[in-house]
Amino acid sequence: MILVSKLCGKISPLSLKDYKENGGFEALEKALFKMKTEQIIDEVRASNLKGRGGAAFPTGLKLQFVASEKSDIKYIICNADEGEPGTFKDKILLDGCPFQIIEGMIISALAVGASYGYIYIRGEYPQTKDLLKKAVNILKEEGFLGKNILGTDLCFDIEVRTGAGAYVCGEETALIESIEGNDGRSRFKPPYTANKGLWGKPTLVNNVETLINIPYIISLGSEEYKKFGTKSSSGTKLLSISGCVANKGVYEIEFGMTIREIINEICGGVETDKEIKFVQLGGSSGAVLPAEMLDIKIDFDELNKLGIGLGSGAMFVGDESICILDFVKTTMEFFKHESCGKCTPCREGNRHINKILNRIIEGKGSNRDLELLVDICELMKDTSLCGLGQSAPTALLTTMKYFEEEYKEHIEGFCRAGICNLKKGAVVYG
Amino acid sequence: MDNVNITINGVAVSVKKGTTILEACKKININIPTLCYHPDQELKGNCRVCVVEVEGQPRLQPSCCTPVTQGMVIKTNSKRVREARKAIVELILAAHNCNCLTCIRNNNCELQNISRELGIDSVRFDNVEEILPLDNSNPSIVRDGSKCIKCGRCVEVCSKVQGVGAIYNINRSHDMRIAPAYEEGLNNVPCVYCGQCINVCPVGAIYEKNDINNVWKVLDDKSKHVVVQVAPAVRVSIGEEFGFDAGSIVTGKIVSLLKRIGFDRVFDTNFTADLTIIEEGNELLHRIKNGGKLPMMTSCSPGWIRYVEYFYPELLENVSTCKSPQQMFGALAKSYYAEKYKINPENIVVVSIMPCTAKKAECIRDEMNDSGYQDVDFVLTTRELVRMVHQSGININKIEEKDFDDPFGITTGAAAIFGATGGVMEAALRTVYEIVTGNELKNINLTTVRGIDGIKEAEIPVGDLNVKVAVANGLNNAKIILDMINEGKADYHFIEIMACPGGCIGGGGQPIPGNIEVKKQRMDGIYNVDKSKLIRKSHKNPAIIKLYEEYLGEPLGHKSHKLLHTHYAKRELYEV
Amino acid sequence: MNCLKNDIESIIEKIGNTPDKLIEILIEVQRQSEENYISKDALKIISKELKISLSKAYGVASFYSMLSTKKRGRYVIQICNSAPCYMNGGKQVKKYFEDILGITVGEMTDDGLFSLEFTGCIGTCDKAPAVKINDKVYGNLNKEKVEALVDSIRKEEEVCDFSF
Repeated sequence: MILVSKLCGKISPLSLKDYKENGGFEALEKALFKMKTEQIIDEVRASNLKGRGGAAFPTGLKLQFVASEKSDIKYIICNADEGEPGTFKDKILLDGCPFQIIEGMIISALAVGASYGYIYIRGEYPQTKDLLKKAVNILKEEGFLGKNILGTDLCFDIEVRTGAGAYVCGEETALIESIEGNDGRSRFKPPYTANKGLWGKPTLVNNVETLINIPYIISLGSEEYKKFGTKSSSGTKLLSISGCVANKGVYEIEFGMTIREIINEICGGVETDKEIKFVQLGGSSGAVLPAEMLDIKIDFDELNKLGIGLGSGAMFVGDESICILDFVKTTMEFFKHESCGKCTPCREGNRHINKILNRIIEGKGSNRDLELLVDICELMKDTSLCGLGQSAPTALLTTMKYFEEEYKEHIEGFCRAGICNLKKGAVVYG
Repeated sequence: MDNVNITINGVAVSVKKGTTILEACKKININIPTLCYHPDQELKGNCRVCVVEVEGQPRLQPSCCTPVTQGMVIKTNSKRVREARKAIVELILAAHNCNCLTCIRNNNCELQNISRELGIDSVRFDNVEEILPLDNSNPSIVRDGSKCIKCGRCVEVCSKVQGVGAIYNINRSHDMRIAPAYEEGLNNVPCVYCGQCINVCPVGAIYEKNDINNVWKVLDDKSKHVVVQVAPAVRVSIGEEFGFDAGSIVTGKIVSLLKRIGFDRVFDTNFTADLTIIEEGNELLHRIKNGGKLPMMTSCSPGWIRYVEYFYPELLENVSTCKSPQQMFGALAKSYYAEKYKINPENIVVVSIMPCTAKKAECIRDEMNDSGYQDVDFVLTTRELVRMVHQSGININKIEEKDFDDPFGITTGAAAIFGATGGVMEAALRTVYEIVTGNELKNINLTTVRGIDGIKEAEIPVGDLNVKVAVANGLNNAKIILDMINEGKADYHFIEIMACPGGCIGGGGQPIPGNIEVKKQRMDGIYNVDKSKLIRKSHKNPAIIKLYEEYLGEPLGHKSHKLLHTHYAKRELYEV
Repeated sequence: MNCLKNDIESIIEKIGNTPDKLIEILIEVQRQSEENYISKDALKIISKELKISLSKAYGVASFYSMLSTKKRGRYVIQICNSAPCYMNGGKQVKKYFEDILGITVGEMTDDGLFSLEFTGCIGTCDKAPAVKINDKVYGNLNKEKVEALVDSIRKEEEVCDFSF
């Protein structure tokens, strides 16, 4: 744990004393007393920090958009709806050092002129929610939240809200709908949340990990901060690694490491005696990469060139015991369950994908089914209303590309992993 | 008002900033298919049928909710766009009950049109249509979930335009359905029967309860004397279904075809609209003089009555006790008319042709039997009458025009304007002014209360009194006024409320589509009827004067009270 | 009924009666309910108090997978069916629970003690396969641990029963 997570597990999460002794609120004091608000934004822009929730949008730019809006009230939302399967890094940060995230929120509030903030935490983390509520109360009592923070003109308050089991609420407009007390269904954009967000007011929505970077950028300065990571991707990234590695867990790495290095050097390699078959990068909405591609670097530019997203930074490592189709089926069932139902391609597409996949897994599929799958996937990618529907087919599309032969085998009635109720083995082609 | 220069299919276009791609395309006569988009509603962007290609954007963009930006290069007819639209509609069709031939919206269905326009000749996906039970628990409205395409228009109109919220999106993913709470019948939630959901439904998922066969049955029964009344708003809208422009006045043709269909007498609801003005005008004056509950609110719109009974029962005393014109007619048909023409009221069947679905529920209210019988037996919407005309084989275009029958045939311009929002108010003031002052009202066109605005206000000097009035159409606008009353901020004397936006010309039983543009034309038609009338004030109607002389006695008198006035009941939203 | 009304009113008083608090209120009402669900009467009271239509309140309750409008067991066992748990044998865990409890996912045991459900990722992927029982998370499950878990809950409940 090298930068943003270094206090997690080291200090008592609700001890303000511990936090302050480890540099807590120094960044806030610097921002409040030594910097102009424009300087805060400039510093974040210069740091080249990109959103850690999945979309990798430049954080400084986002701050600037909200700051430039004129409005009687602006909001900040900390997106702690960590719903991407296999992602549990925000939980580590929230449980380990809640004050630091809130400090990031307060500095952001100062930068954009927001007076009210929400931490939206998923309902699946009830203990973390209680912890956050306590943290907010402590900071209110100690004058870090509320009116005239640290004796200045800054007034900023925070309320903790929870979801109740909806993956789509990780999407910022769906999250906003949920805070407003509605069914969390995404809104179309534009208008963007920076212009019209919560209750139609300018709203800054940032991921937990993004926010926790802000105190570091302010206290270190962007130049020092940029020494972490690569040219296109400054700083560090928390990766949530699961599957068949020896040491599953959350790890903070500097950008620039390859997937193979991460698996071998950090996670202790594969726990079984089997070979790695694939890595899915970015959680269930991410690309499934074959073992040949493990030398890709965790770097926004590099991944971009290959058309791959880093997403939330979840990595599933799968070995040869896993049937690609059965694995993808699990993923697609998840999206079918989580589609909000609002837009046609996602609502209808997901159910047809599942129907067709089941058919293929049962050995009743045809080549026409494979064509249909591609058509539906492309349609969802191209026309869905929000990121859920747009990225839901990624696993299916990438496996159909990289593991084409396994799909064909299933059509022929074979499952090489012996998971599906088909003949075990593979067809020998040519 | 900056302009933005864009290119659509290679054609350079300059449009106002803020224009959507869909609007820009319309300007240069490019048609883009839409399903969830409705010109009178908020943008939804959920059906995705209207997608187009925008240069530089990785994904297709929904044209309905994407504003143009400077230099945007748009393609509306590329292979990628055509295939995507087709696939989306195929996905909808795979989940849709495609029994078009027996569907109420056959030939007037937006999904059908789009399927044809996009050239869909087969559906590649498995049929996943759900067999859902028909919900006909409600006296006015039937819901067929198997036809629903989840565009959300009905939810918006019910929640935001009407402030009722009887239906909502239930569940998620492909289980998402638009339904009342617990997916129970529409009779288990406070539906006000306005039928606005029907008017915006692009397909046949919501429609009025069918009473056509009941009416054919009584028409075939020779022992029955079947009379029919036609509401003010029907005459300016029904023509749309037969190729006339919206707002065309086809009163004479309606009379004629109703006679051909076999009704024994064809009467005009405008007659009892005139009568309503006499009773309601006098009630207002009585309340003002005697310190009665003010502001007084109109009572002709049964959707509104149901709304106030559910949501603002504390204001029920403010509602005029006058029955609606439909119910006044029914009560008189089975009393005055029966006596005058010596017909056994037991054998009289009263049918109404209404622009309204709530009228179907109004006529079966327990208290609506002051004639000793159910005053009105069957209500047909404008759309149902159209279907009857088709079934009868009558060619409305060629048919000769005829006059309404006596004794409910002579009507005034004041009654005609009941069909548009503000009309009841204007008609009432024409009469109240002259009753109070004894002088002739010179300018009878009270234009301040006309028009499509949701809330209208006016102050009219009537003798010593400045009468303050307000007009609200659409129940969410009514809500604004009602909240003002409750907060003591509404010092009006008289308020007209119509459940449906635009008034009865926008009623839930009117021809589809009935968007704002169409409503404006119907409204023009209504005021043209008014203008064309020799008599334009209800109290000058000789047939009304005769009715009081022969039968009722005086306004608010004993007989009036028995036949023409009613009472209301507080209704629990939800029994706990 | 009055008891329910009072309970809900005090929850609303604590959380707030504005429509945006609906989800928080639903979670709390469910948490306090013996049967881990939001009853129809409860939803009606909430909808009246918050001045939102019952259909909308139901729509919201039916949208979120953690909220239930159907009675559930006192212990709701939620089996994670996300990819990380799948890769570490989540399907077997489901089978163990189904076998021990004699019900399938989506059902409740006859004694009203257990309900079995699926849930999305519960953020315990480093201890996959994992389940959530009410608010507690249990990871690294295998057949023995599943049996021990169910046993200990059953025993705890028996003790409770005797104490009454």
